[in-house]
Amino acid sequence: MAQLFPENLDDPYLYLAGDESHKCELIEEMNQVWRRPDSLIDTPMHYCPGCGHSVAHRLLMEVVEELDIVERTVGIAPVGCAVFAYNYLNVDMQEAAHGRAPAVATGIKRVLPDRILFTYQGDGDLAAIGTAETIHAVNRGEKMVIIFINNGIYGMTGGQMAPTTLEGAKTSTTIFGRDTSVHGHPLRIAEMIAPLPGAYYVTRQAVNTAKHVRKTKKALLNAFQYQIDGANGTCFVEIVSNCPSGWKMTPLESNELLEDEIFQFYKLGDLKLPGKE
Amino acid sequence: MAKKLMKGNEALAEAAIRAGVKGYFGYPITPQSELLEYLSRELPQRGGAFLQAESEVAAINMVYGAAGAGERVMTSTSSPGFSLMQEGISYIACAELPCLLVNVMRGGPGLGTIQPSQGDYFQAVKGGGHGDYKLPVLAPNSVQEMAEFVYDGFDLADKYRNPVLILSDGALGQMMEAVEFPDYDIEAHKVDHSEWATRGRRKGHDHNVLTSLYIQPDKMEAINQHLQEKYQLIEAREVRFETIMTEDADFLLVAFGLSSRVAHKSVEMAREKGYKIGLLRPVTLFPFPSEILFQLAGQVRGMLVIEMNTGQMVEDVRLAVRGKVPVQFYGRQGGMIPQPDAILHEIEKYYTQRLAVEVD
Amino acid sequence: MTEELIIAGFGGQGVLSMGMTLAYAGMIEDNQIVWMPSYGPEMRGGTANCVVVISDDKISSPIINTFDTAIILNQPSMDKFESGVKPGGNLLYEANNIINPPTREDISIYDIPANLEALKLNNAKTMNMIMLGAFLALRPVVTIESILEALKKVLPERHHHLIPVNEQALRRGMELTGQTTTV
Repeated sequence: MAQLFPENLDDPYLYLAGDESHKCELIEEMNQVWRRPDSLIDTPMHYCPGCGHSVAHRLLMEVVEELDIVERTVGIAPVGCAVFAYNYLNVDMQEAAHGRAPAVATGIKRVLPDRILFTYQGDGDLAAIGTAETIHAVNRGEKMVIIFINNGIYGMTGGQMAPTTLEGAKTSTTIFGRDTSVHGHPLRIAEMIAPLPGAYYVTRQAVNTAKHVRKTKKALLNAFQYQIDGANGTCFVEIVSNCPSGWKMTPLESNELLEDEIFQFYKLGDLKLPGKE
Repeated sequence: MAKKLMKGNEALAEAAIRAGVKGYFGYPITPQSELLEYLSRELPQRGGAFLQAESEVAAINMVYGAAGAGERVMTSTSSPGFSLMQEGISYIACAELPCLLVNVMRGGPGLGTIQPSQGDYFQAVKGGGHGDYKLPVLAPNSVQEMAEFVYDGFDLADKYRNPVLILSDGALGQMMEAVEFPDYDIEAHKVDHSEWATRGRRKGHDHNVLTSLYIQPDKMEAINQHLQEKYQLIEAREVRFETIMTEDADFLLVAFGLSSRVAHKSVEMAREKGYKIGLLRPVTLFPFPSEILFQLAGQVRGMLVIEMNTGQMVEDVRLAVRGKVPVQFYGRQGGMIPQPDAILHEIEKYYTQRLAVEVD
Repeated sequence: MTEELIIAGFGGQGVLSMGMTLAYAGMIEDNQIVWMPSYGPEMRGGTANCVVVISDDKISSPIINTFDTAIILNQPSMDKFESGVKPGGNLLYEANNIINPPTREDISIYDIPANLEALKLNNAKTMNMIMLGAFLALRPVVTIESILEALKKVLPERHHHLIPVNEQALRRGMELTGQTTTV
């Protein structure tokens, strides 16, 4: 039987991070079906096990490499779990204040119009404190890709309610469940964005299954390709994701919850395609 | 170059274009809106990007982005808007991005008034947002300086990788005087920021990252110490001030910006009466001209600080003279401006009183 | 030579542009000048005023509360600024707009029927130039040629055809000062 781990492995972490020196028999060129994109920095991520961020990061860097825009791309990291996104994404990046990523990206794009801009934001960042920046950037049709990771909770600060938290959901600030008469209703930002004339492409995807991962990659490819082609507006890619730690469940349970309940409210698919209303 | 009759706000805007500003991001607020309007009209035709943001919060973050891209950028606002920008300025200061900020002050607190004020002195010179940071602060007192300080401000910003603030007020913004724009070679003053700017990853290099987040406290402390060293360098090199009739003065007025113009008039009136009054006008509010004030404290018997607030710079003057002489204060607030005769009256209160004591 | 002047009236009477034209003319003649407007909501139809200082020396303060000359175009401004005229100074007012004429005896007071004269020129808007002409006859701080030069800068090009009627108004104003009685 082929060894899954090389012998005398001192640091399994290094191995998991893909250190070539620990390459085991299983991973040979002929067997290789996937490789880490060069622009995804080879370092352990701080994300919790089962979290969707790491998949989204990987897809993002695959797309940037496949489209050959590494040297033209500037990204904006949010405040939230992805605050350290620049530790993993090897493209030029700026860290924005909470919610202000679309404004920061706007500033760069307006003085360097030939660059490809993206923001990478969570739901607290994009849908609560940064709603104004989000709406107005899209309304101006800022030529950028907004990647919106919607996991319905404040992950980094310890599982508080987000604007996107579903009705009845228990969080550390809604311990009896979200009561819409007190806390308001879950906010569907993509549906708000899509009717704006400045929105060029609006889609909602997920990364909880292989099929969804493939679709998300396609959506990101589309979004960046549109920007390369000079799209006259903003591309908005929402990724409905999970937060096992914040939701207080196993990764598997969290993925089941996505399928069972969350996708019923946040329906996956394209909300706006170029040239169609 | 022929003289032009311009409002202070317009002169500042024109100077920004002549200094090669590549991006302006702002939001309308009285009494600085002429700046926004002028640039919206002129800048896109003259090689720069103008954008009216959805808020001052967005505007300062657009500046953060564009400054991070290594381009010459600016914003302008008035007091309430400047408060909204403080968070962003703190980030910009920590990420060490060069840019020019303009606060055309109006009376506060709160929504206050649209009339001129100097109530934002503390906010301007002590940091303003959260954390330990400083901005070089230039305080013009004429339309000519509203223009000139723009060039200076951009150059200082590039030199120290730090935001620079022009602290003006509604009267300087609205009034017209003759202005002559200096010759300025944009290319000669251009600084290459590509080593750190986020313009797309350079071939053969690791990516550039701009952040103000250093989660390990020892790293964050090192960043703080680095910033403080920079501010000390600025204090050692960039102090600017103007002295008026101080040579034989035995009593000193201290005032900045518009107040210094009014105080100048009061000095002229006092001199006509035979009082030996001089005026020290700080041009940079940070770094503050403490050294010259300490020197003058050895020469005069007292100082009177004139401000359009309830007494802010007076604290820095008192720190500078280290108790050597009494430092009095006279101010008007809320958009009211001290009048020359009222200042003269104040001078007489202290000056002639002390003379009388000496005669006894 | 230093002339410290206030011009005050309602928004729409041409108060600010009168001051600006004078300031521009002062600059053309290489004087130091300051033009300081009142600003804000009061610009929109309420009272408006501007201070103009012209000097052959450096101007210290743009903020003044006593004036060599006051040009007053409405009653609220009269109430506010009559007391600010320096003893021996001049007060010119638009006769039609004032209910309570000034009463000071230590200044020279001129009532100028500028509205009426402007109507005679078939252009009510030239009232401000008539007042300016009246002022210049008393205090020739700039020449009429400089004023005409300044008008080219202050008026947008589409209004340059109005410069001749403005010149007429200026000259009419200069005649009027001589005719009115000093109170």
